[in-house]
Amino acid sequence: MARRTDEPLVLGIETSCDETGVGIVRGHTLLADAVASSVDEHARFGGVVPEVASRAHLEAMVPTIQRALKEAGVSAKDLDGIAVTAGPGLAGALLVGVSAAKAYAYALGKPLYGVNHLASHICVDQLEHGALPEPTMALLVSGGHSSLLLAPDITSDVRPLGSTIDDAAGEAFDKIARVLNLGFPGGPVIDRYAREGDPDAIRFPRGLTGPRDPIYDFSFSGLKTAVARWIEAKRAAGEHVPVPDVAASFQEAVVDVLTRKAVRACKDHGVDHLMIGGGVAANTRLRAMAERRCEDAGITLRVPRPKLCTDNGAMVAALGAEMVARGRASSSWDLSADSSLPVTDTHVPGAHGHAHEHSHDHDHFHELSKDNLYS
Amino acid sequence: MLLLALDTATPAVTAALHDGESVVAESTQVDARRHGELLLPAVDRVLGEAGVKLDAVTGIVVGVGPGPYTGLRVGIVTAATFAAALSVPVHGLCTLDGIAYAAGQAGLEGEFVVATDARRKEVYWARYADARTRVTEPAVDRPADLAERVAGLPAVGAGAVLYPDAFTDVRDALPQHQSAGALAALAAEKLRTGGEFLPDQPLYLRRPDAQVPANYKVVTPQ
Ligand SMILES: [Zn+2]
Repeated sequence: MARRTDEPLVLGIETSCDETGVGIVRGHTLLADAVASSVDEHARFGGVVPEVASRAHLEAMVPTIQRALKEAGVSAKDLDGIAVTAGPGLAGALLVGVSAAKAYAYALGKPLYGVNHLASHICVDQLEHGALPEPTMALLVSGGHSSLLLAPDITSDVRPLGSTIDDAAGEAFDKIARVLNLGFPGGPVIDRYAREGDPDAIRFPRGLTGPRDPIYDFSFSGLKTAVARWIEAKRAAGEHVPVPDVAASFQEAVVDVLTRKAVRACKDHGVDHLMIGGGVAANTRLRAMAERRCEDAGITLRVPRPKLCTDNGAMVAALGAEMVARGRASSSWDLSADSSLPVTDTHVPGAHGHAHEHSHDHDHFHELSKDNLYS
Repeated sequence: MLLLALDTATPAVTAALHDGESVVAESTQVDARRHGELLLPAVDRVLGEAGVKLDAVTGIVVGVGPGPYTGLRVGIVTAATFAAALSVPVHGLCTLDGIAYAAGQAGLEGEFVVATDARRKEVYWARYADARTRVTEPAVDRPADLAERVAGLPAVGAGAVLYPDAFTDVRDALPQHQSAGALAALAAEKLRTGGEFLPDQPLYLRRPDAQVPANYKVVTPQ
């Protein structure tokens, strides 16, 4: 008999955007984090192309599962469950992961857990810093999301406090990188240039920070336009565009608003822990400013290593393991991918709260996509 | 031999078990928008009806299209994952070949064409010398552009039914969508006679719609 501990051994599958991720965890311990990315295929399009991502997921799915099992050194038959991102995300991309997870769970006779992508981004920190404090305040920032979330129980109670009303923070980085002809994705390259620039060189606007603005919501569209206009004015005047200063000043505006609002949310709700996740959490200026502001406010900052902040399967496995540990209901075999799964739905329990029972007719269904279903 | 066949390349969500001699159980539901939800319950139902567990299966058969991509991928990734989990082979077949084989089982003889709906006013199609012999590569075209090549030929499938102007001899009493039972029967016959299969990769036939953006739009008012 293989050695067993009481901590659940879970495999997680993530395909909500352009990374095919398969992770394996035992409780709070990371055993494998296999990721196949199609980011290079999207670069020339200046953004993620859904159909390109879906095709890449299909190709990478089985090999990535096998790579994760090998890396973890565990046998699939010892798994206690299979978790998968059920949403939110790109409809066609999610569907590849959900279909694979269902087939895998069914073939192995294991329970299936369809879980929320945003809650997974928060839960991944358990692999880095141990059990999440309850409640945890989370700031999630990436090319797809910018949200402030209060999580009293990551498996059942996640409350949205604020989110972006226009672009996601990562999108703003991509767009400014494009205006500066720095390529895609924009986050890492802006971060790099910014290190040589002066963050106070240009005072760009801080969105939604006026006295009457929503306290926890974000807006990056006005900032993006202001930066583009500033650059265009320089170019029109035949002047040199100081890329490091523009990058540093733009980044400063984004990071200033993100950290200010996150710390404010912690104070307002009496929460002494802030977790930052999502791809933009890899930004060095965001980390530094969050550290300083949290320290000043007596808040403990938790930021996982960059590889766990970007989309990956380990985060899904981490939340799946927590679902198993807390005895949450598993999903049914008719689990669907839901591109707009609300953040409050931490997981998608089956109609009868039992994975091995199927309901015959299901009279409601989720629209998989608005106009892209057949293409 | 116990084959589990799946196909999600047409509006049908279809799964069947075949023991090498005949179809043991089949489930076919036509619902083009719910492939992802319906396929696993269909497999579960078919196995339940036959009273066997998935691990009794000796091979997976899957229709690899052509078909609308989102749905098509559901069947293929399901088949590939089953095969990996069970360590059994997966046999890919052109979806149009399954529909042609079903037409043959229903009595259609001689030359004919099979066409399915490719959306965007196009069809996926291929031409057959008989129910087992495809003579053209599967293709995607506007019906009007292939009217000359298919005129007068018996035509099978929902794509033919949709465009009677191009397909002048539509046999709409024959199955219009895929049946996994027919697909499995074709696979069983090929396995017996040493016929060839396709890899479990989708026949997309179209490149993804994606445009390399032109230079970024200037935001300063002119
Ligand atoms: Zn994400």
